[in-house]
Amino acid sequence: MARHVVAAVDELPPGTRKFLEIDGRPIAVFNIKGEYFGLMNRCPHQGAALCEGPLIGLAQSKEPGEIEYTKLGEVIRCPWHGWEFDIRTGQSYCDPRRFRVKAYSAHVEPGASVVKGPYVAETVTVKLESDYVVVEL
Amino acid sequence: MNIQFRENTEAASPLTTKTAIADCDIHPARATRTELYPYLAKRWQHHLEVYGVHAYQGMMEGPPYPKAQPNASRRDAYPPEGGPQGSSLSFMQKQLLDPNNVQLGVLNPLNTGQGIRNHELSAALCSAINDWQIDKWTSRDKRLKASIVVGNEDGLSAAAEIRERAGDKNFVQVLLLSRNVEPLGQRRYWPIYQAAEEAGLPVGVHAFGFGGNPITPSGWPSYYLEEMVGHSQCQQSALASLVLEGVFERFPKLKMVMIEAGFGWAPSLAWRLDKAWQRLRSEVPHVKRPPSEYIREQVWWTTQPMEDPERREDLFDVINWIGWDRLLFATDYPHWDYDEPSRVLPAGVSEANREAFYLGNAKKLYGIAA
Ligand code: FES
Repeated sequence: MARHVVAAVDELPPGTRKFLEIDGRPIAVFNIKGEYFGLMNRCPHQGAALCEGPLIGLAQSKEPGEIEYTKLGEVIRCPWHGWEFDIRTGQSYCDPRRFRVKAYSAHVEPGASVVKGPYVAETVTVKLESDYVVVEL
Repeated sequence: MNIQFRENTEAASPLTTKTAIADCDIHPARATRTELYPYLAKRWQHHLEVYGVHAYQGMMEGPPYPKAQPNASRRDAYPPEGGPQGSSLSFMQKQLLDPNNVQLGVLNPLNTGQGIRNHELSAALCSAINDWQIDKWTSRDKRLKASIVVGNEDGLSAAAEIRERAGDKNFVQVLLLSRNVEPLGQRRYWPIYQAAEEAGLPVGVHAFGFGGNPITPSGWPSYYLEEMVGHSQCQQSALASLVLEGVFERFPKLKMVMIEAGFGWAPSLAWRLDKAWQRLRSEVPHVKRPPSEYIREQVWWTTQPMEDPERREDLFDVINWIGWDRLLFATDYPHWDYDEPSRVLPAGVSEANREAFYLGNAKKLYGIAA
Protein backbone atom coordinates (compact mmCIF):
# COMPACT_ATOMS: atom_id res chain seq x y z
CA MET A 1 0.00 0.00 0.00
CA ALA A 2 1.63 3.24 -1.13
CA ARG A 3 1.30 6.41 0.88
CA HIS A 4 0.58 9.66 -0.86
CA VAL A 5 0.89 13.10 0.68
CA VAL A 6 -2.16 15.03 -0.42
CA ALA A 7 -1.92 18.27 1.50
CA ALA A 8 -0.24 20.09 4.33
CA VAL A 9 -2.58 20.15 7.29
CA ASP A 10 -3.21 23.89 7.13
CA GLU A 11 -4.18 23.60 3.47
CA LEU A 12 -7.14 21.49 4.48
CA PRO A 13 -8.88 23.24 7.37
CA PRO A 14 -11.99 21.81 9.00
CA GLY A 15 -15.03 21.93 6.76
CA THR A 16 -13.04 21.76 3.53
CA ARG A 17 -12.42 19.00 1.06
CA LYS A 18 -9.85 18.40 -1.59
CA PHE A 19 -10.21 16.55 -4.88
CA LEU A 20 -7.25 14.86 -6.46
CA GLU A 21 -6.26 11.99 -8.64
CA ILE A 22 -3.95 9.26 -7.46
CA ASP A 23 -2.83 6.62 -9.93
CA GLY A 24 -5.63 7.74 -12.22
CA ARG A 25 -8.24 7.29 -9.54
CA PRO A 26 -10.41 10.22 -8.41
CA ILE A 27 -10.17 10.72 -4.66
CA ALA A 28 -11.76 13.21 -2.30
CA VAL A 29 -10.32 13.96 1.12
CA PHE A 30 -12.38 15.71 3.79
CA ASN A 31 -11.54 17.44 7.03
CA ILE A 32 -14.54 17.23 9.27
CA LYS A 33 -13.98 18.91 12.60
CA GLY A 34 -10.34 17.85 12.61
CA GLU A 35 -10.98 14.29 11.48
CA TYR A 36 -9.87 13.24 8.01
CA PHE A 37 -11.75 10.97 5.64
CA GLY A 38 -11.16 9.82 2.12
CA LEU A 39 -13.59 8.49 -0.47
CA MET A 40 -13.29 7.29 -4.01
CA ASN A 41 -14.94 10.11 -5.90
CA ARG A 42 -17.26 7.89 -7.89
CA CYS A 43 -20.79 7.03 -6.93
CA PRO A 44 -21.48 3.28 -7.00
CA HIS A 45 -24.97 3.97 -8.33
CA GLN A 46 -24.46 5.54 -11.76
CA GLY A 47 -20.95 6.89 -11.41
CA ALA A 48 -21.34 10.60 -10.58
CA ALA A 49 -18.47 12.47 -8.96
CA LEU A 50 -19.92 11.58 -5.56
CA CYS A 51 -18.06 14.05 -3.39
CA GLU A 52 -19.27 17.12 -5.27
CA GLY A 53 -22.47 16.72 -3.30
CA PRO A 54 -23.28 18.43 -0.02
CA LEU A 55 -22.46 17.02 3.39
CA ILE A 56 -25.65 16.52 5.28
CA GLY A 57 -26.83 14.56 8.30
CA LEU A 58 -28.77 11.36 8.62
CA ALA A 59 -32.54 11.75 8.95
CA GLN A 60 -34.20 8.86 10.74
CA SER A 61 -37.68 8.34 12.03
CA LYS A 62 -39.04 5.86 14.56
CA GLU A 63 -42.54 6.67 13.46
CA PRO A 64 -44.28 9.27 11.36
CA GLY A 65 -44.04 12.64 13.02
CA GLU A 66 -40.79 11.94 14.82
CA ILE A 67 -37.58 12.89 13.12
CA GLU A 68 -34.10 12.47 14.43
CA TYR A 69 -31.23 14.12 12.63
CA THR A 70 -27.79 12.81 13.51
CA LYS A 71 -24.32 12.42 12.00
CA LEU A 72 -24.39 16.06 11.01
CA GLY A 73 -21.83 16.70 8.29
CA GLU A 74 -20.90 13.05 8.05
CA VAL A 75 -23.19 11.94 5.25
CA ILE A 76 -22.45 12.83 1.65
CA ARG A 77 -25.34 13.25 -0.74
CA CYS A 78 -24.63 12.38 -4.36
CA PRO A 79 -24.88 15.39 -6.70
CA TRP A 80 -27.02 13.43 -9.15
CA HIS A 81 -29.69 11.28 -7.55
CA GLY A 82 -29.11 12.19 -3.96
CA TRP A 83 -28.22 8.77 -2.57
CA GLU A 84 -26.67 9.18 0.85
CA PHE A 85 -23.38 7.66 1.97
CA ASP A 86 -21.73 7.68 5.39
CA ILE A 87 -18.29 9.12 4.73
CA ARG A 88 -16.76 7.14 7.60
CA THR A 89 -17.73 3.79 6.16
CA GLY A 90 -18.96 4.46 2.62
CA GLN A 91 -22.23 2.77 3.54
CA SER A 92 -25.26 3.84 1.49
CA TYR A 93 -28.66 4.35 3.08
CA CYS A 94 -32.12 3.54 1.89
CA ASP A 95 -31.82 2.01 -1.50
CA PRO A 96 -35.46 1.38 -2.28
CA ARG A 97 -34.88 -2.09 -3.65
CA ARG A 98 -33.11 -3.13 -0.51
CA PHE A 99 -35.90 -1.53 1.48
CA ARG A 100 -38.47 -3.79 -0.09
CA VAL A 101 -36.44 -6.87 0.58
CA LYS A 102 -36.04 -5.85 4.21
CA ALA A 103 -39.73 -5.51 4.70
CA TYR A 104 -40.11 -9.23 4.12
CA SER A 105 -37.17 -10.31 6.23
CA ALA A 106 -37.93 -12.02 9.50
CA HIS A 107 -35.43 -10.63 11.94
CA VAL A 108 -36.22 -7.78 14.26
CA GLU A 109 -34.21 -4.58 14.18
CA PRO A 110 -34.25 -1.69 16.63
CA GLY A 111 -36.91 0.75 15.53
CA ALA A 112 -34.52 3.61 14.97
CA SER A 113 -32.25 1.84 12.54
CA VAL A 114 -32.26 3.17 9.06
CA VAL A 115 -32.22 0.61 6.35
CA LYS A 116 -28.80 0.38 4.83
CA GLY A 117 -28.50 -0.03 1.11
CA PRO A 118 -26.46 -2.67 -0.67
CA TYR A 119 -24.15 -0.10 -2.21
CA VAL A 120 -21.00 0.96 -0.46
CA ALA A 121 -18.78 3.76 -1.74
CA GLU A 122 -15.11 2.93 -1.65
CA THR A 123 -13.31 4.60 1.23
CA VAL A 124 -9.61 5.30 1.39
CA THR A 125 -7.50 5.56 4.50
CA VAL A 126 -6.41 9.06 5.41
CA LYS A 127 -3.81 9.80 8.07
CA LEU A 128 -1.88 12.68 9.46
CA GLU A 129 1.88 12.32 9.27
CA SER A 130 4.03 15.12 10.63
CA ASP A 131 1.58 17.79 9.56
CA TYR A 132 0.75 16.30 6.17
CA VAL A 133 -2.48 14.63 5.21
CA VAL A 134 -1.57 11.26 3.77
CA VAL A 135 -3.75 8.91 1.78
CA GLU A 136 -3.03 5.18 1.65
CA LEU A 137 -3.92 3.51 -1.59
CA MET B 1 5.22 9.17 -3.92
CA ASN B 2 2.88 9.82 -6.71
CA ILE B 3 0.82 12.92 -6.39
CA GLN B 4 -1.25 14.65 -8.93
CA PHE B 5 -3.54 17.39 -7.72
CA ARG B 6 -6.87 17.66 -9.37
CA GLU B 7 -8.08 21.08 -8.36
CA ASN B 8 -10.70 21.46 -10.99
CA THR B 9 -13.37 18.84 -11.03
CA GLU B 10 -15.79 20.16 -13.63
CA ALA B 11 -15.58 16.67 -14.93
CA ALA B 12 -17.28 15.20 -17.89
CA SER B 13 -19.63 12.34 -17.30
CA PRO B 14 -17.45 9.85 -15.48
CA LEU B 15 -18.43 6.80 -17.46
CA THR B 16 -18.58 7.17 -21.18
CA THR B 17 -20.05 4.96 -23.78
CA LYS B 18 -18.68 4.70 -27.27
CA THR B 19 -21.97 3.63 -28.76
CA ALA B 20 -23.74 6.48 -30.48
CA ILE B 21 -26.94 7.44 -28.74
CA ALA B 22 -29.88 9.79 -28.99
CA ASP B 23 -30.89 11.81 -25.97
CA CYS B 24 -34.56 12.61 -26.31
CA ASP B 25 -35.00 14.86 -23.31
CA ILE B 26 -32.50 17.67 -22.79
CA HIS B 27 -33.45 20.85 -20.97
CA PRO B 28 -31.79 24.01 -22.20
CA ALA B 29 -32.02 26.97 -19.84
CA ARG B 30 -31.72 30.71 -20.16
CA ALA B 31 -28.55 32.17 -18.70
CA THR B 32 -30.23 35.45 -17.75
CA ARG B 33 -33.73 36.66 -17.03
CA THR B 34 -33.77 38.86 -20.10
CA GLU B 35 -32.22 36.44 -22.55
CA LEU B 36 -35.46 36.20 -24.51
CA TYR B 37 -35.89 39.94 -24.94
CA PRO B 38 -34.19 40.12 -28.33
CA TYR B 39 -36.91 37.78 -29.61
CA LEU B 40 -39.81 39.63 -28.02
CA ALA B 41 -41.58 42.69 -29.36
CA LYS B 42 -41.05 45.83 -27.25
CA ARG B 43 -44.67 45.59 -26.24
CA TRP B 44 -44.07 42.27 -24.48
CA GLN B 45 -40.75 43.31 -22.97
CA HIS B 46 -42.57 46.19 -21.34
CA HIS B 47 -45.43 43.96 -20.33
CA LEU B 48 -43.05 41.60 -18.55
CA GLU B 49 -41.33 44.46 -16.76
CA VAL B 50 -44.58 46.04 -15.63
CA TYR B 51 -46.92 43.11 -15.07
CA GLY B 52 -44.83 39.95 -15.14
CA VAL B 53 -46.66 36.78 -16.04
CA HIS B 54 -50.02 35.64 -14.76
CA ALA B 55 -50.14 31.88 -14.55
CA TYR B 56 -53.03 29.48 -14.10
CA GLN B 57 -51.32 28.33 -10.98
CA GLY B 58 -49.92 30.31 -8.10
CA MET B 59 -46.26 30.07 -7.14
CA MET B 60 -45.19 29.38 -10.69
CA GLU B 61 -42.08 31.54 -10.30
CA GLY B 62 -40.93 29.30 -7.49
CA PRO B 63 -42.23 25.86 -8.40
CA PRO B 64 -44.95 24.44 -6.13
CA TYR B 65 -42.57 21.94 -4.53
CA PRO B 66 -38.95 22.40 -3.55
CA LYS B 67 -36.75 20.21 -5.68
CA ALA B 68 -34.16 17.68 -4.59
CA GLN B 69 -31.20 19.63 -5.93
CA PRO B 70 -30.76 23.33 -6.86
CA ASN B 71 -32.90 24.13 -9.93
CA ALA B 72 -33.83 20.43 -9.88
CA SER B 73 -30.44 19.91 -11.48
CA ARG B 74 -27.24 17.98 -11.07
CA ARG B 75 -24.92 19.83 -8.73
CA ASP B 76 -22.03 19.29 -11.08
CA ALA B 77 -23.84 20.89 -14.01
CA TYR B 78 -23.29 24.58 -13.22
CA PRO B 79 -21.46 26.02 -16.24
CA PRO B 80 -17.98 27.33 -15.35
CA GLU B 81 -18.87 30.71 -16.84
CA GLY B 82 -21.80 31.08 -14.44
CA GLY B 83 -25.55 30.90 -15.00
CA PRO B 84 -27.93 28.07 -14.19
CA GLN B 85 -27.48 24.45 -15.16
CA GLY B 86 -28.21 23.81 -18.82
CA SER B 87 -27.60 27.41 -19.92
CA SER B 88 -24.24 26.93 -21.66
CA LEU B 89 -23.87 25.17 -24.98
CA SER B 90 -20.12 24.65 -24.64
CA PHE B 91 -20.49 23.09 -21.21
CA MET B 92 -23.37 20.90 -22.40
CA GLN B 93 -21.15 19.70 -25.23
CA LYS B 94 -18.36 18.94 -22.84
CA GLN B 95 -20.42 17.34 -20.11
CA LEU B 96 -23.13 15.55 -22.07
CA LEU B 97 -22.89 15.47 -25.85
CA ASP B 98 -19.22 14.65 -26.47
CA PRO B 99 -18.43 12.08 -23.76
CA ASN B 100 -21.66 10.19 -24.36
CA ASN B 101 -21.42 10.29 -28.12
CA VAL B 102 -24.85 11.85 -28.47
CA GLN B 103 -25.78 11.94 -32.15
CA LEU B 104 -29.21 13.43 -31.70
CA GLY B 105 -30.25 15.59 -28.78
CA VAL B 106 -33.87 16.74 -28.52
CA LEU B 107 -34.34 19.99 -26.64
CA ASN B 108 -37.38 20.40 -24.42
CA PRO B 109 -37.31 23.84 -22.79
CA LEU B 110 -39.33 24.21 -19.60
CA ASN B 111 -40.54 27.38 -17.88
CA THR B 112 -41.51 28.90 -21.18
CA GLY B 113 -44.72 30.65 -22.10
CA GLN B 114 -46.92 27.62 -21.51
CA GLY B 115 -49.60 27.75 -18.87
CA ILE B 116 -49.95 31.53 -18.87
CA ARG B 117 -53.39 33.08 -18.67
CA ASN B 118 -52.70 35.90 -21.08
CA HIS B 119 -52.81 33.97 -24.34
CA GLU B 120 -51.18 36.69 -26.44
CA LEU B 121 -48.25 36.84 -24.03
CA SER B 122 -48.14 33.05 -23.94
CA ALA B 123 -47.92 32.86 -27.73
CA ALA B 124 -45.26 35.59 -27.87
CA LEU B 125 -43.09 33.90 -25.24
CA CYS B 126 -43.39 30.51 -26.91
CA SER B 127 -42.44 31.94 -30.26
CA ALA B 128 -39.49 33.74 -28.66
CA ILE B 129 -38.33 30.50 -27.05
CA ASN B 130 -38.43 28.82 -30.45
CA ASP B 131 -36.32 31.56 -32.07
CA TRP B 132 -33.93 31.36 -29.12
CA GLN B 133 -33.61 27.59 -29.52
CA ILE B 134 -32.44 28.05 -33.10
CA ASP B 135 -30.12 30.95 -32.33
CA LYS B 136 -28.51 29.65 -29.19
CA TRP B 137 -28.59 25.89 -29.69
CA THR B 138 -29.59 24.12 -32.89
CA SER B 139 -27.79 26.44 -35.32
CA ARG B 140 -24.60 26.03 -33.30
CA ASP B 141 -24.58 22.29 -32.87
CA LYS B 142 -26.07 20.11 -35.57
CA ARG B 143 -26.64 17.28 -33.12
CA LEU B 144 -29.28 19.33 -31.34
CA LYS B 145 -32.87 19.54 -32.52
CA ALA B 146 -35.60 21.60 -30.94
CA SER B 147 -39.19 21.03 -29.90
CA ILE B 148 -41.69 23.64 -31.00
CA VAL B 149 -43.02 25.18 -27.81
CA VAL B 150 -46.61 26.36 -28.20
CA GLY B 151 -49.09 28.36 -26.16
CA ASN B 152 -51.00 25.18 -25.44
CA GLU B 153 -54.15 26.66 -23.90
CA ASP B 154 -55.00 28.53 -27.08
CA GLY B 155 -55.20 25.82 -29.73
CA LEU B 156 -55.46 28.26 -32.62
CA SER B 157 -52.36 30.31 -31.91
CA ALA B 158 -50.53 27.10 -31.03
CA ALA B 159 -51.46 25.63 -34.40
CA ALA B 160 -50.31 28.84 -36.12
CA GLU B 161 -46.92 28.54 -34.43
CA ILE B 162 -46.60 24.92 -35.56
CA ARG B 163 -47.50 25.83 -39.14
CA GLU B 164 -44.96 28.61 -39.14
CA ARG B 165 -42.19 26.24 -38.02
CA ALA B 166 -43.29 23.25 -40.12
CA GLY B 167 -40.59 22.14 -42.52
CA ASP B 168 -37.85 23.92 -40.56
CA LYS B 169 -35.24 21.24 -39.94
CA ASN B 170 -34.30 22.77 -36.61
CA PHE B 171 -37.51 21.33 -35.17
CA VAL B 172 -38.48 17.69 -34.74
CA GLN B 173 -41.51 17.73 -32.45
CA VAL B 174 -44.21 19.83 -30.83
CA LEU B 175 -43.94 20.18 -27.06
CA LEU B 176 -46.85 20.04 -24.63
CA LEU B 177 -46.76 19.52 -20.89
CA SER B 178 -48.83 17.02 -18.96
CA ARG B 179 -50.50 19.41 -16.51
CA ASN B 180 -52.92 21.58 -18.40
CA VAL B 181 -56.16 23.36 -17.75
CA GLU B 182 -58.07 20.37 -19.08
CA PRO B 183 -57.19 16.76 -19.92
CA LEU B 184 -55.20 16.70 -23.15
CA GLY B 185 -57.75 14.92 -25.30
CA GLN B 186 -60.27 17.75 -25.11
CA ARG B 187 -61.33 19.80 -28.10
CA ARG B 188 -59.46 22.98 -27.25
CA TYR B 189 -56.21 21.13 -27.96
CA TRP B 190 -57.31 19.55 -31.24
CA PRO B 191 -55.95 22.31 -33.50
CA ILE B 192 -52.52 21.43 -32.09
CA TYR B 193 -52.88 17.80 -33.08
CA GLN B 194 -54.21 18.69 -36.48
CA ALA B 195 -51.31 21.02 -37.23
CA ALA B 196 -48.77 18.52 -35.88
CA GLU B 197 -50.22 15.72 -37.96
CA GLU B 198 -50.16 17.87 -41.08
CA ALA B 199 -46.56 18.85 -40.39
CA GLY B 200 -45.62 15.22 -39.75
CA LEU B 201 -44.29 16.14 -36.31
CA PRO B 202 -44.73 13.99 -33.21
CA VAL B 203 -46.26 15.69 -30.18
CA GLY B 204 -44.22 15.27 -27.01
CA VAL B 205 -46.02 15.42 -23.68
CA HIS B 206 -43.46 16.22 -21.04
CA ALA B 207 -44.22 15.78 -17.37
CA PHE B 208 -44.79 19.07 -15.56
CA GLY B 209 -46.72 22.23 -16.29
CA PHE B 210 -48.87 24.70 -14.44
CA GLY B 211 -52.46 23.94 -15.34
CA GLY B 212 -53.83 25.21 -12.04
CA ASN B 213 -55.33 21.89 -10.95
CA PRO B 214 -53.97 19.98 -7.96
CA ILE B 215 -51.03 17.96 -9.13
CA THR B 216 -52.41 14.63 -8.00
CA PRO B 217 -55.92 13.31 -8.56
CA SER B 218 -56.52 13.52 -4.81
CA GLY B 219 -55.23 17.02 -4.19
CA TRP B 220 -52.04 18.81 -3.28
CA PRO B 221 -49.61 16.44 -1.59
CA SER B 222 -47.07 17.19 1.14
CA TYR B 223 -43.89 16.00 -0.46
CA TYR B 224 -41.82 16.47 -3.59
CA LEU B 225 -41.59 12.69 -3.74
CA GLU B 226 -45.35 12.60 -4.22
CA GLU B 227 -45.09 15.14 -6.98
CA MET B 228 -42.47 12.97 -8.69
CA VAL B 229 -44.71 9.92 -8.77
CA GLY B 230 -47.71 12.13 -9.53
CA HIS B 231 -46.24 12.73 -12.98
CA SER B 232 -47.08 9.22 -14.04
CA GLN B 233 -50.65 9.54 -12.71
CA CYS B 234 -51.02 12.75 -14.64
CA GLN B 235 -49.75 11.22 -17.86
CA GLN B 236 -52.13 8.33 -17.41
CA SER B 237 -55.07 10.74 -17.27
CA ALA B 238 -53.71 12.59 -20.29
CA LEU B 239 -53.33 9.40 -22.28
CA ALA B 240 -56.76 8.08 -21.29
CA SER B 241 -58.23 11.38 -22.39
CA LEU B 242 -56.42 11.29 -25.74
CA VAL B 243 -57.77 7.82 -26.42
CA LEU B 244 -61.30 8.32 -25.15
CA GLU B 245 -61.95 11.72 -26.68
CA GLY B 246 -61.08 10.11 -29.99
CA VAL B 247 -57.92 12.07 -30.76
CA PHE B 248 -56.10 9.03 -32.12
CA GLU B 249 -59.14 8.03 -34.13
CA ARG B 250 -59.54 11.52 -35.55
CA PHE B 251 -55.81 11.97 -36.24
CA PRO B 252 -54.61 8.50 -37.20
CA LYS B 253 -51.16 9.67 -38.28
CA LEU B 254 -50.57 11.56 -35.04
CA LYS B 255 -47.62 10.33 -33.00
CA MET B 256 -47.41 11.11 -29.29
CA VAL B 257 -44.32 10.85 -27.13
CA MET B 258 -44.78 10.46 -23.39
CA ILE B 259 -41.77 12.17 -21.86
CA GLU B 260 -40.39 11.73 -18.37
CA ALA B 261 -43.20 9.95 -16.63
CA GLY B 262 -42.06 6.34 -16.84
CA PHE B 263 -43.61 3.62 -18.92
CA GLY B 264 -44.10 0.73 -16.49
CA TRP B 265 -47.71 1.76 -16.06
CA ALA B 266 -48.52 1.59 -19.76
CA PRO B 267 -49.69 -2.04 -19.91
CA SER B 268 -51.94 -1.81 -16.85
CA LEU B 269 -53.54 1.42 -18.05
CA ALA B 270 -54.18 -0.16 -21.44
CA TRP B 271 -55.62 -3.31 -19.88
CA ARG B 272 -57.98 -1.33 -17.69
CA LEU B 273 -59.04 0.85 -20.59
CA ASP B 274 -59.67 -2.17 -22.80
CA LYS B 275 -61.74 -3.91 -20.19
CA ALA B 276 -63.86 -0.88 -19.37
CA TRP B 277 -64.23 -0.05 -23.05
CA GLN B 278 -65.66 -3.49 -23.81
CA ARG B 279 -68.47 -2.78 -21.35
CA LEU B 280 -68.98 0.94 -21.86
CA ARG B 281 -68.30 1.20 -25.56
CA SER B 282 -71.64 2.77 -26.33
CA GLU B 283 -70.66 5.83 -24.31
CA VAL B 284 -67.75 6.49 -26.63
CA PRO B 285 -68.74 5.04 -30.01
CA HIS B 286 -66.11 7.21 -31.70
CA VAL B 287 -63.49 5.00 -30.05
CA LYS B 288 -63.70 2.26 -32.62
CA ARG B 289 -60.90 -0.05 -31.54
CA PRO B 290 -59.66 -1.30 -28.18
CA PRO B 291 -57.73 1.55 -26.49
CA SER B 292 -54.57 -0.55 -26.28
CA GLU B 293 -54.37 -0.64 -30.07
CA TYR B 294 -54.20 3.13 -30.36
CA ILE B 295 -51.66 3.26 -27.57
CA ARG B 296 -49.39 0.69 -29.11
CA GLU B 297 -49.61 2.20 -32.56
CA GLN B 298 -49.42 5.90 -31.84
CA VAL B 299 -47.46 6.32 -28.61
CA TRP B 300 -43.71 6.38 -27.94
CA TRP B 301 -42.03 6.64 -24.53
CA THR B 302 -38.84 8.26 -23.36
CA THR B 303 -36.87 6.17 -20.91
CA GLN B 304 -35.89 8.52 -18.14
CA PRO B 305 -36.93 7.87 -15.39
CA MET B 306 -36.44 4.18 -16.16
CA GLU B 307 -38.35 1.78 -14.00
CA ASP B 308 -35.88 -0.23 -11.99
CA PRO B 309 -37.59 -3.37 -10.69
CA GLU B 310 -35.74 -5.95 -8.64
CA ARG B 311 -36.06 -8.56 -11.38
CA ARG B 312 -34.91 -7.37 -14.77
CA GLU B 313 -37.38 -9.85 -16.28
CA ASP B 314 -40.19 -7.65 -14.98
CA LEU B 315 -38.76 -4.71 -16.89
CA PHE B 316 -38.40 -6.79 -20.02
CA ASP B 317 -42.01 -7.97 -19.71
CA VAL B 318 -43.21 -4.37 -19.72
CA ILE B 319 -40.99 -3.43 -22.64
CA ASN B 320 -42.09 -6.47 -24.58
CA TRP B 321 -45.68 -5.31 -24.20
CA ILE B 322 -44.86 -1.75 -25.23
CA GLY B 323 -42.49 -2.82 -27.98
CA TRP B 324 -38.73 -2.44 -28.21
CA ASP B 325 -39.36 -0.13 -31.14
CA ARG B 326 -41.24 2.37 -28.95
CA LEU B 327 -38.66 3.42 -26.38
CA LEU B 328 -36.54 6.53 -26.81
CA PHE B 329 -33.49 6.86 -24.62
CA ALA B 330 -33.29 10.08 -22.61
CA THR B 331 -31.00 11.43 -19.90
CA ASP B 332 -33.07 14.44 -18.73
CA TYR B 333 -29.84 16.47 -18.59
CA PRO B 334 -29.13 18.61 -16.60
CA HIS B 335 -31.80 17.58 -14.13
CA TRP B 336 -30.94 15.74 -10.97
CA ASP B 337 -32.65 12.49 -11.89
CA TYR B 338 -30.37 12.28 -14.95
CA ASP B 339 -29.79 8.77 -16.30
CA GLU B 340 -26.24 7.75 -17.15
CA PRO B 341 -26.40 6.12 -20.61
CA SER B 342 -24.08 3.26 -19.81
CA ARG B 343 -25.92 2.32 -16.63
CA VAL B 344 -29.62 2.13 -17.40
CA LEU B 345 -30.21 -0.95 -19.51
CA PRO B 346 -29.68 -4.28 -17.77
CA ALA B 347 -27.72 -7.04 -19.46
CA GLY B 348 -29.54 -9.54 -21.60
CA VAL B 349 -30.82 -7.27 -24.36
CA SER B 350 -30.12 -8.25 -27.95
CA GLU B 351 -27.83 -6.03 -30.00
CA ALA B 352 -30.68 -5.00 -32.30
CA ASN B 353 -32.94 -3.99 -29.40
CA ARG B 354 -30.12 -2.15 -27.70
CA GLU B 355 -29.41 -0.17 -30.85
CA ALA B 356 -33.09 0.66 -31.26
CA PHE B 357 -33.37 1.69 -27.62
CA TYR B 358 -30.37 4.00 -27.67
CA LEU B 359 -30.59 5.45 -31.15
CA GLY B 360 -32.56 3.76 -33.91
CA ASN B 361 -36.09 4.42 -32.66
CA ALA B 362 -35.39 8.09 -32.11
CA LYS B 363 -33.82 8.61 -35.51
CA LYS B 364 -36.76 6.95 -37.16
CA LEU B 365 -39.42 8.80 -35.20
CA TYR B 366 -37.78 12.19 -35.56
CA GLY B 367 -36.87 11.67 -39.20
CA ILE B 368 -33.12 11.95 -38.78
CA ALA B 369 -31.18 10.34 -41.61
CA ALA B 370 -29.32 7.19 -40.62
S1 FES C 1 -25.01 8.43 -9.41
FE1 FES C 1 -24.94 8.82 -7.30
S2 FES C 1 -26.96 8.58 -6.69
FE2 FES C 1 -27.01 8.08 -8.76
